[in-house]
Amino acid sequence: MRPIATSVNLKPETERVIEEVIPRYPSKRSAALPLLHLVQEDQGYIAPEAIEWIAEKLGVAPISIYELVTFYPMFRTKPIGRRHIRVCRTLSCALMGGYKTCAEFEKQFATRRGEVSPDGEVTIEFVECLASCGTAPVVMIDDDLHEKVDCAKARELSGRIKAEARK
Amino acid sequence: MPEQRRIIFRHIDEPGYTPELGCYLRHGGYEMLRKALQRKPEDWIDEVKKSGLRGRGGAGFPCGVKWTLVDRKSGKPIYLVVNADESEPGTFKDRYILHQDPHQLLESIMITGFANNVKQAYIYIRGEFPHGARILERAIAEARAANFVGPNVLGSGYGCEIFVHRGAGAYICGEETGLIESLEGKRPYPRIKPPFFPAVLGLYQCPTIVNNVETLCHVRHIVEIGGEAYAKIGTPNNTGTRILCVSGQVQRPGYYEFEVGKVTLGELLNEVCGGPLPGRTFKAVIPGGSSAKVLKFGERFKGKRKVGAEMVEFDWGVEDIPMDFDSLALAGSMGGSGGVIVMDDSASMVEVLANINEFYAHESCGQCTPCREGSLWMKRITGRMVHGAARAEDAALLKSVADQIAGRTICAFGEACAWPTQSFTAKFGDEFKSYEDSKKQGRAGAAELA
Repeated sequence: MRPIATSVNLKPETERVIEEVIPRYPSKRSAALPLLHLVQEDQGYIAPEAIEWIAEKLGVAPISIYELVTFYPMFRTKPIGRRHIRVCRTLSCALMGGYKTCAEFEKQFATRRGEVSPDGEVTIEFVECLASCGTAPVVMIDDDLHEKVDCAKARELSGRIKAEARK
Repeated sequence: MPEQRRIIFRHIDEPGYTPELGCYLRHGGYEMLRKALQRKPEDWIDEVKKSGLRGRGGAGFPCGVKWTLVDRKSGKPIYLVVNADESEPGTFKDRYILHQDPHQLLESIMITGFANNVKQAYIYIRGEFPHGARILERAIAEARAANFVGPNVLGSGYGCEIFVHRGAGAYICGEETGLIESLEGKRPYPRIKPPFFPAVLGLYQCPTIVNNVETLCHVRHIVEIGGEAYAKIGTPNNTGTRILCVSGQVQRPGYYEFEVGKVTLGELLNEVCGGPLPGRTFKAVIPGGSSAKVLKFGERFKGKRKVGAEMVEFDWGVEDIPMDFDSLALAGSMGGSGGVIVMDDSASMVEVLANINEFYAHESCGQCTPCREGSLWMKRITGRMVHGAARAEDAALLKSVADQIAGRTICAFGEACAWPTQSFTAKFGDEFKSYEDSKKQGRAGAAELA
C-alpha cells in the first residue's frame, strides 16, 4: 500500500462536500467525476498528486482516475488563465460566425486558442456544442453563458476582462 | 401561421416565473405527484403506454414500453437515470427546462419513480451546465424539505432520493449505456446490447430506466389529463407535443413547441421562423440534430404511408414534410432530438460537412475501430478538401469510409458519424466536385466553418 498523497491541500469546504458526495452512490467509484470536478474547482487543475489522492479516497488504482482525466475534455492537468473563455465551434455557431468570434478573442488577448495568454489573464478554447444553438454564436466565460457573441460583443467582453485585471 | 401549443414550455420565459418551489406550487406544482400516489404504481405505466409518448432524446422509442421492459423479478434495485446530457448539436431544449423550470422535471421523476418502484434516481447533467446543476441541487433540497422527495413522500410510504451528477464534456455520455458507464465512474464506453440492455443490466448491473429530460416532463402532464386524452394531442403514433429547436441561417432561430406532426418543415422555417436571412434562399436542413441525414431543398419524397387504416400516396418537397417521427423517417431522415439546423445558399456543403466531421472525430470514444479510425479519416479528408489539398479520389474515399462505419460499431455513434457524410455526398455530390472552382471564385458573405 502506498502512502496517501498529502500534498493536495484542499479547502475545508471542498473536503466537506467530498465527504457528502461519496455516500450518494452505492459504489464509491461513481464519485470519481464529482471528485475530479471538486478538486479542479478548488485547485484550478488536476495535478498528479490529486489523481493519486482521489484514487486512494475511492479505493481504485490511480490509472482508473487518470484515464478519466485524459478522456473527458473538461478536465485539465495544467493551470489555465485567470478567466476561461470557451467559444463554441460546432455547426450552428460556426454558421453564425463562431470562428470569427474566436479569432477576435485571440486578437484581443494576443494569444492562440489552447494557450494561456502572455499576461496570464485568459485561456481561450474552441469547444464543441454548448447547447444554446438558437442564440449562436455562444461563448462561456468561466461558468457564464454569453449569447449572440459577434466580434463587437467579443471586444466588449474582452474589454471588461481587461478592466478587471487592472483593478 | 400554425399555433404553438406549449405544455412543457408553458412557463419558459414567462415574466416573474422563477425556478423556486414556491413559484412552482403557485402554478399547481406537485399536485400531479399527489394524484399519482393515490393510485397503484402500475396504473401509471398503463397510462403512459396509452399516451403513446415517444422518447424525445433521439430514438423515439415508446416510453411506456421502455418501462414495461424493466426486469422487476431480479430482486435488485431499479434505478432511474435522467439523461440531461443534451449534447446533440442543434439541440437546446432541456437547457431551458433545467434552468427555468426544474421542479417540473423533479415532479415527473418522482411520478416515474413511484410507477416503477425506483428508490434512487440520478440526473446526469452535462458538465457545461454548471448553473443548471446548482439550480437542480437547490430545487431538490427544496423538494426534500417539503417532502416531495425523500424517504416517505407526502406520507405515502413511497420513498425516492434524487442526486445530480455532472458530466465533463463528452458527447458520447448522451448514449444511454455510455452514460451509465460514466455514472459508474468510468470512461463512457457504450456497452454491447445484448446483453447489456439497461432495462435488465443497467447501472451497477441492475435494471435501469434511462429517459431524456423532455420525455420525462411529459409524464406529469399525462397524469394530469390521462393517457387517452394525451394520445389525442399530436397525430397517431406521434402523440403529444415536442420542442423543435431551430438554429443556423434563418430569421428567427429559437425553440418552438408544437403538437407532433401538426407543423410542416416549410411552415416552421418560413412562417414561424420568418424565412431565410435577407437576400438568401434555403439550401439544406438537418431536421433532427447533426447526425440526422440532411434534406436538400428541391428534392422530392414519394411513396405510400399509413393514414388511419389506409395506405395513402405522398409526394412531398422538403417544405411539405410534417415534423413527426414517422414522416421524417419516410423522408429518409429522422426527428432525432428535435434540433433543426438550417443552411442557406451562402454555405458550402463541403465546409458544413467538414465542420460536422470535426465534431464526430473529436467525440468518438475510440472503443470500436471503424468509428475511431473512420471518424478521423473522414475529418482529414473533408479537412484537406477545405484547405486546398484534396486528392482526386477523395470524394469516393469519403463515401467508402462512411459506408464501412455504419452498422459495424457497438453503439449508434457509428451511424451518427456516417450519416452526415453519406447524405451530404449523395445529395450534394456536385458541390464536392466543383468545390475547388467555387472556392477560387470566392463566395461573398460565407461564414468560416472549418
